[in-house]
Formats: sequence, structure tokens, C-alpha cells
Amino acid sequence: MPEKILESFEIRRLEILDPKGEVDESLMPSLSADEIKKMYELLILSRTFDQRAIDLQREGRLGTYASILGQEATQVGSAFTIKKSDWIFPSFREMGVYMTLGYPIHQLYQYWAGDERGLKAPKDLNIFPICVPIGTQMLHAAGAAMAAKYKRDPIAVITYFGDGATSEGDFHEAFNMAGVFKLPVVFICQNNHWAISLPRERQTAAKTLAQKAYAYGFEGIQLDGNDIFAVYKGTKDAIEKARRGEGPVFIECVTYRMSSHTTADDATRYRSKEEVEMWKLKDPILRLKLFMERKGLWTEPYQKEIEERSRQIIDEAVKVAESVEPPHPEDMFTYTYAKPTFRQLKQMEDF
Amino acid sequence: MPQLNMVQAINLALKEEMMRDPDVVILGEDVGKNGGVFRVTEGLWEQFGSERVIDTPLAESGILGISIGMAAYGLKPVAEIQFVGFTYPALDQIFSHASRIRSRSRGRYTCPLVIRTPYGGGIKAPELHEESPEALFCHMPGIKVVVPSTPYYAKGLLISSIRDPDPVLFLEATRLYRLIKEEVPEGDYTFPLGKARIVREGKNITLVAWGSMLHKVLQAVEGYDDVEVIDLMTLHPFDEETLFKSARKTGRVIIVHEAPKTCGFGAELSATLAEEAMLYLKAPILRVTGYDVVMPLPKLEDFYLPTVERIRKAMEDIIKY
Ligand SMILES: Cc1ncc(C[n+]2csc(CCOP(=O)(O)OP(=O)(O)O)c2C)c(N)n1
Ligand SMILES: [Mg+2]
Repeated sequence: MPEKILESFEIRRLEILDPKGEVDESLMPSLSADEIKKMYELLILSRTFDQRAIDLQREGRLGTYASILGQEATQVGSAFTIKKSDWIFPSFREMGVYMTLGYPIHQLYQYWAGDERGLKAPKDLNIFPICVPIGTQMLHAAGAAMAAKYKRDPIAVITYFGDGATSEGDFHEAFNMAGVFKLPVVFICQNNHWAISLPRERQTAAKTLAQKAYAYGFEGIQLDGNDIFAVYKGTKDAIEKARRGEGPVFIECVTYRMSSHTTADDATRYRSKEEVEMWKLKDPILRLKLFMERKGLWTEPYQKEIEERSRQIIDEAVKVAESVEPPHPEDMFTYTYAKPTFRQLKQMEDF
Repeated sequence: MPQLNMVQAINLALKEEMMRDPDVVILGEDVGKNGGVFRVTEGLWEQFGSERVIDTPLAESGILGISIGMAAYGLKPVAEIQFVGFTYPALDQIFSHASRIRSRSRGRYTCPLVIRTPYGGGIKAPELHEESPEALFCHMPGIKVVVPSTPYYAKGLLISSIRDPDPVLFLEATRLYRLIKEEVPEGDYTFPLGKARIVREGKNITLVAWGSMLHKVLQAVEGYDDVEVIDLMTLHPFDEETLFKSARKTGRVIIVHEAPKTCGFGAELSATLAEEAMLYLKAPILRVTGYDVVMPLPKLEDFYLPTVERIRKAMEDIIKY
């Protein structure tokens, strides 16, 4: 008997907007001029937020902070397609997602300054708190998707994680559950090439991360994560597919962590300057700017205006974050249980 | 003799053991080229190569699971888990396998593995980076739990842990990593696991602590005469003899730890003292501990952690009793 081929797969990579700002019109998603400007403004806002966070950390006004520099298009472009009824399970490096969804910016600063209250999502947003243990949130996304399916809610659940997270066991379990139960979940990996000091090649011997989806019986796609149109289109298609009940999709967004891992890390210990310089040329904001300029959507005064507006928004957020009353020590007991235990009540007398 | 901090002392212990014994290997996240996020393994990858200082993918269950296999095969893995909070994804491997392979294989396979990991608060770090779950591990038969409190003891205890035939969880207080320097000799020296040390002798009160809380206690007893301070060093199996002797002498025992009170390791110490030294006690055993809450973020951590004031208050209460 001859050997047979039982399965084979191809990994698609989506690119629409190149570093020179030129687009492949045949793939270009339909976006109005206003929508494109809105995207651009969110990119600038995200970068302004990020730079300020790093400055504040240096001044001792924030704790350890994980920069999103270079990953803005992946975050803004994907969150741009998310609706209020969708659920989001983030990791910890998604400030651009939070801002695109309209999460109160001062709360983000509060959180990074070590104030728990920053994690409380506003009522109209179904976003889970930042997830510190790597990869664990993917299972919660699968679970929420299972519940949404049970309730016949036509929503999608979106979860974010890094390239490093794909090595954790929970990644396997979440993908497997999503495949087996055909869940309306979209897995978005920000492959920023590094997990602290470990390069992507050291996480997996597989050529792409996207191909992992096929082992679980669903679609995986790679896209240029610094190309906001590719991210937007890839995510939109996946979310719509999930909403239609056609199962999960895995999106690998190839981007780059321009900063050190966090403010506590020094990336010069383990990666080359040349690599970082090379990725600078692929900057996600620059290329959208070039595109907009070509389309007559970008001018110097416009740039000045939105930079100024972003600065004001961030100034205001920092002011609010730093002027709220510090948490009362009792606050650490408040949410352990619905009602404090007898022992906790006794312990609270210390304050 | 060189003056070393805890990071350097642990690094020296690792280096010397690796030079002495080719079966000792290091593995974990970022332990190689980066030298570990706290630089504890700095220089070892350069010296011993990537076959002995192994940068693993991001997978704690994987790191400890393969360590168990390596140990059973005859190596002596020293695995680093980046923070003790990240042992949680690997608890299955620790509880179901590392701690019981000797039992389950009737001694045919063993697990001479060391899990090194930073623990504890007071460093204004993010969520899950300041945990003190030592009691969880003490509760599980088959694994030892060691917590050094100074660079000198860290080196000797780590060497003993690596040479121990059973799995050892080696908890390194993050707050102490660079806090104190002291003379740390080069070359071989060990401290037996399961032995406490009396840091300060006294007749009135016994204070028991380990790791970073030992230094809080030493601060608190400054200016108080006749107070005995015990550094437990190994939590499991702990040194009953030293503890009983001290309790019988002073009749007053205060246990200080930063983990939550309920089912913290203080509960075990206190219950054992009640069983063995009850008739010598002049006052109830007191505990000064963290609260029964999730370890709070930096803005509240100073309220959570035992303070000098809370320890002194317990000392006054126990004397007044
Ligand atoms: C379970 C667990 N192990 C280790 C860590 C420490 N840690 C924080 S981020 C990180 C690397 C994550 O890499 P990746 O998933 O690629 O995300 P990125 O940092 O690049 O955004 C590590 C090891 C953690 N937070 N949780
Ligand atoms: Mg990464």
C-alpha cells in the first residue's frame, strides 16, 4: 500500500500597508477617511501614553512598566474592530487595546503605580484585568466563549498573549478546547520576537506560530503586525467568523518589542543594536503617516494638533491618577470574598 | 574574604558546585545569556556553556517536569523559577511527582532537584511577584523547604541543598538580594538542612522568623535585652530541638512571617510547641503575620507586611500577659 497524505496545510501571511506607506488596493479593507484618522490618532495617543509611563517610572512615580513601543498597530488595529458586547482577555502589554476600547486612561496609570483600583473595568466594557501569569488567560477566553455559545449570544471573545506564552501548557489546553468545542474565540498573539531575553526561535522549532492552530483543527494566519490595515482586516474577518459560529481563529501578528522587556530590564544584554535599528524602519506609525500623506489626510498642522491633543489627554489622566486619594488599607480586605470572614473582620481592626 | 551580597553568594555557590560536579546543571527562563532576571546566574552560561546553563522556553511545568526526568536519570538540576508565584503552573509536577517519585518507585528513582526561586514582598513589584507560599510546600511530604536569610548562610545552604538526595525548594527573599553584604568565604562549606540557628540569645522571649522577616525581627528587638531570636533556615523539616529548647527557656514565643496568617507556617510551629512545650509556656504563642488577603499591590504592601511596630506590640503583649 502506498503512503497517503492525510493532511497538509498552508500558512497565509497578510500584508497590506508597506513601510513606504503604499497599500495593496485589492486587499485594502473599507475604511472611511475619518476612521483612518481615528486609527492614526489612537496610535499617537498610545505612543504618548507609553512614553509618559516610562518617564513617570524613571521619576519613581510608577512601578515597573512594560512598554508597548513598536506594537501600537497590532493593538489599535485589532481593538478597532471589537464591539462593546465582545469580551476581551488581555495579557499585560496591551495598553493600546485598552485605550482604543475607551478604558479610562488614568486607571491604567493607577494600576502601573501599584494601585489595585486601576483594574476595575467600567461597566460598559467586558475586559478582564491585566493578566500577569503568562498564558493563563487564554483558557478564560475559551470559557467565556463557551458560555456565550451556550447563551446564543452573537459575540466574539478576544484574547491577547505574547510569543513566549505559546510555550505554556495553558496555550495548548485553550487551543484544544476552542477547537473541540468550536468556540467563538479569536486568539491574538503579539509575536514581538522576544520573551524577555529569549528570541522567538527559542520558544518553538516551528517555522511560524500561526501553523500551530492547524494541529487543533482550526485556522491560523500570520500577518504583518506593524501594518494596521492587515491587523484590522485579519481581526475583523476572524471576529465575524467567530460571531457567525464558525469557530476560532488564531492570528499571529508579527511585530517587534522596541523597548526592553520592562523598565526593570536591559535588552542590550541580549540583543543587537542592528536588529533594533532594522525594526525602526518598519515603524507602524510612520507607515500609516506616509499613506495618509499620500491620500491628503495628513499635514504638519494636523500632526501638531493631534500631538497636542494627546499630550493634553495624557496630562489630564496623569493628574487624575495622581490626585485620587490613596487606597485605604481596608481596601485590601474588601474584595477577598463577597463578605469578609470573621478572622478578616478581626484583622481589619488593625486599621 | 570577599564581601558579597545574596545574589553574589548564591552565584558563587552555583559556580563552585558546577566546577566540582559535572552533573549539576542549571535551567530556567532567562538564566543563560541574560544571567537571570536578578542576575543570580550571571557569568555561568559564559563559563559552562548552553548545555549546562539552559535557557528554556517559557514553561514552568515544563522546566520542573524535565528537571524531574533529568534528576531521575542522574543529573542534579538546579531549576530557577523566575518568581515563586510562577511555581503555580508547575505545582502538579512538584506535588504529584518531584515530592513522591521516591515513594512511588520504592526508592528505585529519586529526585535530587533544587528549585531556586525568589519569594516575598517589600520590593514594590507587580502582582504575583511578592508571594510567600512556603507553607503550601511544607505541607507536601517529600520536598524540603529552605529559606536563607544572609549571603553567608545562603551559600552554605544552597550547597547542601544541591547535594541533598531529595527535592529542595530554595526560597530566596527578593528583598534581601542586594540589601546586605557580608563576608562569604570561597570554597566548600555547608550547613545541614533541618538545623536552625540562634542569632541572638536571651531569656525572656523567643522570636522565630526566616528569610526577610528575620531582619524585621532583628530591627524590632534592637534595644530590648534578653530576647532570643531564631533563624529557622529550613522550614521543612524544621529544627524542633532548637525551638523547644528556646521555648522552654523563655516561656514566650512569637512567630513572625509575611505569609497570610491562616495556615501559614506559624500555625505548624505553634501547634508543635503547644504539643511539646505547653507546660513551660508563660503566655500564649503569638503570631505576627501578613493578613488573610491576596498580597496587595505596592500602594498597600507596607500595610500588609509585618512591621517593627507590630512585632514590638506583640513583644509587649506577651510580656504583659
Ligand atoms: C507563568 C509566568 N512565568 C513567568 C513570568 C515572567 N515573565 C513575565 S513576561 C515574560 C515573557 C513573556 O513573553 P511573551 O509571552 O513573548 O510576551 P511579551 O513580554 O513579549 O509581551 C516572563 C517570562 C510570568 N509573568 N508568568
Ligand atoms: Mg514576546
